[in-house]
Amino acid sequence: MQQSNLYIILFAVGLTVVFGGALSLTSVGLKPLQDKQVEIDTKKKILGAVMDISSINDPNEILGIYNEKVTSIVIDINGNEIEKDEKGNLIVAEKVNIQRNAKLDPKERQYPVFMFIKDGNLVDSYIFPTFGSGLWDWISGYLALEKDLNTVLGIALDHKSETPGLGARITEASVQQRYVGKKIFNEQGKLVSIKMLKGEGNAGLNDHQVDGMSGATITGKGVNAMLENYLKCYLAFIEKNKTKKTASL
Amino acid sequence: MSTDVAEVSQESVVVPAREPVEPLFSKRRKRIVSDPLNEDNPITIQVLGICSALAVTVQFKPTMIMSIAVVFVIVFSNLITSLMRKMIPNRIRIIVQLAIIATLVTLVSEVLKAYSYDMYKVLGAYVGLIITNCIVMGRLEAFAMANKPYDSILDGFGSGFGYAWIILVVAFFRELLGGGTVFVGTPLEFDVYGNLGSLLGITLQTNGLFVDSIGAFVILGIIIWIQRTKNGYIEH
Repeated sequence: MQQSNLYIILFAVGLTVVFGGALSLTSVGLKPLQDKQVEIDTKKKILGAVMDISSINDPNEILGIYNEKVTSIVIDINGNEIEKDEKGNLIVAEKVNIQRNAKLDPKERQYPVFMFIKDGNLVDSYIFPTFGSGLWDWISGYLALEKDLNTVLGIALDHKSETPGLGARITEASVQQRYVGKKIFNEQGKLVSIKMLKGEGNAGLNDHQVDGMSGATITGKGVNAMLENYLKCYLAFIEKNKTKKTASL
Repeated sequence: MSTDVAEVSQESVVVPAREPVEPLFSKRRKRIVSDPLNEDNPITIQVLGICSALAVTVQFKPTMIMSIAVVFVIVFSNLITSLMRKMIPNRIRIIVQLAIIATLVTLVSEVLKAYSYDMYKVLGAYVGLIITNCIVMGRLEAFAMANKPYDSILDGFGSGFGYAWIILVVAFFRELLGGGTVFVGTPLEFDVYGNLGSLLGITLQTNGLFVDSIGAFVILGIIIWIQRTKNGYIEH
């Protein structure tokens, strides 16, 4: 049976309207839920850098801890706090898209900084988001420094599509654990960042080296570059707050 | 020209008109479901849908979610296509089928993102790639375009489960051999290598090959081998 052209066109138009409508409705309807999921995911990552949250399954508990213990600011490359963007809109640190910012010139980026306060009102640790490239696609990390802004308290690394079992191991606790206690400044107070070495089972690591992942040298290099690039950008802020012996809010 | 193609590609399971009412689970209908599980399996016999069979089978749990998503998409796209089969203009039927599949897949993806964000991150692009899974479109073109809705649903379940059980078996062995565990992320989670190792007093080494796609090929090959031996398949 051969239908007329008019029928075919009308059918196609009708189909588009029905399916398009159905999809738009779902998309709009599910948006709030999806946004909440993204928010929980971000906050999980931030908290994951300073504490072990693997045993907490209830997302509301995560949000509760986050709201209670984490404050955030957004800074520019000079370490000055920025509150509003060019259009005068308030900037919320949690809403800053690190990936989009990473594409900008370092001088124009917005850098969120999260401060974790265990109790009282002294900052216990600073959490710095970082973003870079692995072997296949982007990698990202939340680096938590202790209040001396030198010693690593923890790191939470994430990736999009690093090789499972090789580069993807950066998300494993056993790999991230290797960063704990390392230092980003040398004894002369110069920023040296932290390097993941090539190969696994390296002995005699100093304060700025962590053991590598065998078979994932390029992912390791990506992590190194990411940390170094971003620590340079945060350097002004770090220097400013390091001199304050007791950083308070 | 295009009508000829349609006739050739449509399967010969055409319901004879005006027969006494067929039982809900007649022998013919049971075959619609059971054939794709073994003798006409979409992956091992027709060798369709291999890309996702390789990509999402590193662990059992994501594979499970993927299976559910694929069964959902096949069943409902079969149903919708079958309901519309007399209205669909022949000349644009492939585009229409694609639109149906794409809509359902996008729905699945959106729902996953809203309710199971972790799984959404793990499966990522692969849920979207169900659109290109040849099994789904193959069933629409070969079956749903020529059969009644109820039979089409059965066919959808048959092909869906035929796909699902294979990738679940592949995932089970890949996780076991590549990660040393079974069912990670589910209540049945068990560290096989760890426990067996401490029982024997040795450290069992996992095989990284199975984490890679190559491992899936190996297991898939073994499954096809066993299946062909059992069914007495001979290459012509």
